[in-house]
Amino acid sequence: MTHIKIKRSSNITTNTTTKKYKYDIKGKLIIVEGIDGSGKSTQIHLLDKWLKFKNIPAFLSEWNSSVIVKNVTSRGKKKEQLTPTTFSLLHATDFADRYERNIFPLLRAGYIVLADRYVYTAYARDMVRGCDPLWIRKVYDFALKPDITFYFRVPVDVAAGRILSGRPKLKYYEAGMDLNLSNDIYESYRIFQSRIIEQYEKMATTENFTVIDGTLNIEQQQKMVREKFNNTIPEEIVK
Amino acid sequence: MNNSDKIKKMEKSNIIKYYGHGIAYLKNIELKGRLIILEGPDSSGRSTQILLLNNYLEANGHAVLNTGLRRSELVSEGILEAKERHLLRKRTMSLFYAADFADQLENKIIPALRAGYIVLADRYIYTLMARDAVRKINRIWSYNLYGFAIKPDLVFYLDVDPKELIRRAFQKSTEELLKGIFDKDNFLDYYESGEDMGFSEDLLESFILYQKKMKQEFSRIQKKFGIIKINGNRTVEEVHNELKQKIDQFLKVPFNHSK
Repeated sequence: MTHIKIKRSSNITTNTTTKKYKYDIKGKLIIVEGIDGSGKSTQIHLLDKWLKFKNIPAFLSEWNSSVIVKNVTSRGKKKEQLTPTTFSLLHATDFADRYERNIFPLLRAGYIVLADRYVYTAYARDMVRGCDPLWIRKVYDFALKPDITFYFRVPVDVAAGRILSGRPKLKYYEAGMDLNLSNDIYESYRIFQSRIIEQYEKMATTENFTVIDGTLNIEQQQKMVREKFNNTIPEEIVK
Repeated sequence: MNNSDKIKKMEKSNIIKYYGHGIAYLKNIELKGRLIILEGPDSSGRSTQILLLNNYLEANGHAVLNTGLRRSELVSEGILEAKERHLLRKRTMSLFYAADFADQLENKIIPALRAGYIVLADRYIYTLMARDAVRKINRIWSYNLYGFAIKPDLVFYLDVDPKELIRRAFQKSTEELLKGIFDKDNFLDYYESGEDMGFSEDLLESFILYQKKMKQEFSRIQKKFGIIKINGNRTVEEVHNELKQKIDQFLKVPFNHSK
């Protein structure tokens, strides 16, 4: 068993730069970030389809999808009883469950693991909600740094337009209504999501995001995603 | 410094105090009540002592709120279900309990303290941190995690000799003991016997090993967080009298309302 050093995702504000893992990580981790309606889920889904079509072992893990946590979170959201701290910790629990039971073991087994949202979602959102940024980074510091982070950049109005074309109204927490930014849900959404975009933009350089223009058409974006994939992931991994 | 000196020296400011960064939207608030914690291993008599203290404090005219682990409205059921299915891995378990604690802290503990209650907690973050450490989670990670927890006014640890713990456990029949390990409070189960760590194929041996490790971890935590050790090898009455005396002594010191 080889002992290799792997970069951790917490190195921007904490002292943890590298840590020794006693395990060999054979797979690759590719993640997408962006606000709701940025088109990131469509793109990671297409990447997943493409990899599976090529018979490459791939696994897609979505934010807030852990079977043991999601009911708790959705009940809390429905009753509007989540505080910024519990909101943050439940999402961290969801992430930890998927990480411990899927993401990490599959990476060890040599899978291409795709994640729809990753630690950066927590960094951005929880900070906007008023959680301590250093605290949240340390909470997530067990997570491996992705090999590729795609960030889908869209103006807030484009994202809102896409969400509202699919369902009648914005949701309480996605609009940041818990923060009392505005009584008008649409206005609250604009303020809240703009603040999240601001956080993403700050991380784009420090966290080495691959920025994709989310206003381009789906095919153009997917072409860029696949090109980046081909240029980054060594061929022997995907054979 | 002996324990009574420790109590006398305790700061009596009413402004909320956190272990770390705290909760940004709950800062500089006045807490009129007092937060008292009782920690200790299973079979240490903890629940009995909590009950006695609760009655005593209420009899003396204090409003008392009871709290403990996995009692939040938001998360407790979810944890229970996941535990029953043995699905929790260490980091997930740690964060789930942190969410449970946070929900109780913000929705029960802090509001009660603001209203002037004495909050009596059957275990607190120390047990959670000890469990993490026993599962080889980095201690610094756990300390950071609980940086949003408020500092209690008094923390007691019921220290019971391991042999005495086992003797008390064996006072029950073996059958009851095993039932206890699985069912007691739905808590001393798979996880409380450290089965998730594969210490031993034998459940009882695993349980004892796990409890030993917890005890070691607690003595470290006790020093770090200034927890008052209470000799729990004595009778229920003796322990209760000592707790009562220490709490009375603490409550007698006038609150500092100047800030």
